[in-house]
Amino acid sequence: MRTILFLIRKEFIQIFRNKFISRAIFGVPIIQMLILVPAVTFEIKNLKICLVDKDMSAESRALISKLEGSPFFRIPYMTFSGSEAENLLYSNKCNLVLEIPAGFSRSITSGRPAGIMASINAINAVAAQLSWAYLNGITADFNKELLLNKTGMQGQVNIQRIQVTNRYWYNEMLNYKYYMMPGVLVILVTAIGFLLAGLNLVKEKESGTIEQINVTPVRKYQFITAKMLPFLIIGLIDLALGLSIGKLAFDIPFEGSLLLLFLCAAIFLVAVLGLGLFVSTFSRSQQQFMFVAFFIMIIFILMSGIFTPYESMPLWAQYFNKINPVAYLIRINRMVMLKGSDMSDIRTELLSLIAIAFFFTLFAVRKYRKTA
Amino acid sequence: MAPVIESVNISKKFGNITALYDVSFEVNVNEIFGFIGPDGSGKTTLFRIIATLLLPDSGSMKVLGLDSVSGFKSLRREIGYMPGRFSLYQDLTVEENLKFYATVFGASVEENYYLIADIYSHIEPFRKRLAGNLSGGMKQKLALSCALIHKPKLLILDEPTTGVDAVSRTEFWAMLERLKEYGISVIVSTPYMDEAMRCSRVALIQNGRILSVDAPLKIRDSFSRRLFRIRAGDKYSLINALRKYPETVTAFPFGDSVHTTFKGDSYDNSLSEYLIKCGLTDVTIQETKAGIEDRFLELMENSDQKNTDQIF
Repeated sequence: MRTILFLIRKEFIQIFRNKFISRAIFGVPIIQMLILVPAVTFEIKNLKICLVDKDMSAESRALISKLEGSPFFRIPYMTFSGSEAENLLYSNKCNLVLEIPAGFSRSITSGRPAGIMASINAINAVAAQLSWAYLNGITADFNKELLLNKTGMQGQVNIQRIQVTNRYWYNEMLNYKYYMMPGVLVILVTAIGFLLAGLNLVKEKESGTIEQINVTPVRKYQFITAKMLPFLIIGLIDLALGLSIGKLAFDIPFEGSLLLLFLCAAIFLVAVLGLGLFVSTFSRSQQQFMFVAFFIMIIFILMSGIFTPYESMPLWAQYFNKINPVAYLIRINRMVMLKGSDMSDIRTELLSLIAIAFFFTLFAVRKYRKTA
Repeated sequence: MAPVIESVNISKKFGNITALYDVSFEVNVNEIFGFIGPDGSGKTTLFRIIATLLLPDSGSMKVLGLDSVSGFKSLRREIGYMPGRFSLYQDLTVEENLKFYATVFGASVEENYYLIADIYSHIEPFRKRLAGNLSGGMKQKLALSCALIHKPKLLILDEPTTGVDAVSRTEFWAMLERLKEYGISVIVSTPYMDEAMRCSRVALIQNGRILSVDAPLKIRDSFSRRLFRIRAGDKYSLINALRKYPETVTAFPFGDSVHTTFKGDSYDNSLSEYLIKCGLTDVTIQETKAGIEDRFLELMENSDQKNTDQIF
């Protein structure tokens, strides 16, 4: 026990003697929270429309003013030339081209169905689908008004239909920041846990100090524990820092138990620390370690469900996520912070994390050899 | 008393390269046992096997009565290892390093301070300085202090004085000799021949084989020929000329002169004539006593011959 404490003390002295690392440990969470939370968003606003109004009628203008009134669309370009509109779309000056054909109003007044045509830049498929959905919503609204004017009565009264009213639970305002923030917190903790401890161990290899440690009676588990604990503590401090910034800067709601969140984060940190140290046991240089670790981290984060819903991934990806600690903690974070889930709600995730933490650490202790 | 180290037919290969080939030797209690050999001769590999950091492919290595493979756990408490490359924490201070190594061995600086007092006193004024900012000599003194602070029974020093100034080297060796009083045996490798003379016994090692093990004086005296020291104005031309001379057996540069042996262990006037014909001036020839280096070069030459014979 005394040995471990002394080893840990040594790690802390080294960490805080390194001016860059000791500053980065506290600087990174602040910068990451302030930049990533507001910047990483799927909300689509101010889509640029190039309008080709070949009808120039009262009806077409009514539709246009409805579009302009929506927060989703702006109409910076109007033209009568199809090829010019196409050029604008091609050169990324606008996101979609909306063409109202001549005869639009005639069709409406004569009671025939009228068509408009939207050409959408779908390089970003999500954005394209969303703009299509927004556009649909506006035209549906427009249709309803047409119906109202034409029949001169409340459409709903005479035509029987099911009306769906909805309420968004857990994030009523559909605030994207609320969704992203728990995930960004996890990225933060991952970077601290996964990279710093592993780098630290590889540095001991590079500078040869591990050779001197290896001839001492220090046990493997003591050595690994002493490498993990300082970064576990730093990770939790960073999590607290990140949460405070979330509260102060973005007023993120926190429904669940803070203690539970920190408990899960601590288990998660053991898992990524173990994995980081495992990777470092077969890296010869910090460069090698960084390359492999970065690769693993990118996979873990992108597959974790932080950006894309976990449930819509292919089955094999969902299976992979069973060993992805990042995926578990992001789910736990979102559930605890937004839904106020308690221990029994996140039981499966928590148990899986414990199992992952156990095995990754076991691998690290087993793989770390004192004798070549 | 049982020997401190008993090495029997130790072999180690790295891929296709044989680093050690059937190495056998014994080190006695209280000896300073030196390993002398050129770079790449296998000294570090051998030391790492003794220090339980490397497993031999075959053979048995008994250190302090324990097998270096199966008894490594107990052995690590009893040995102090100082690798060739400075391996202390450069971002810890002198004092912190010393205290750290004492603690991980379950010892304290105070109880064993007497062991390192001689040498640590030199660096004590800088105890608040980061180890990385010490000079080469001071780094070695600190490394030795850290390797000794848990009072090991065997000290393993891999080229401890390489890159260290002459004064520090002398102090370093003086301290090693005093360790005998405390019953600490030492094995040390060095590329410096003058240091070999300070060892109780030395092993000459080359290409992973031990060529000879004996007291340094005996090794020196087993030089098999008469040796002549030849000087001239231009040493480089002198070596070339001597090596072309048909009666020459060996000619090695040695300080400002060339140590030469001849067939029949003597030379005649034709040598002077030959050297003058080669355009050399101020030639002096005198018989000299062989040093350990001469004997080592002779052994290396012979073993090269043998190896070559085996190949063809």
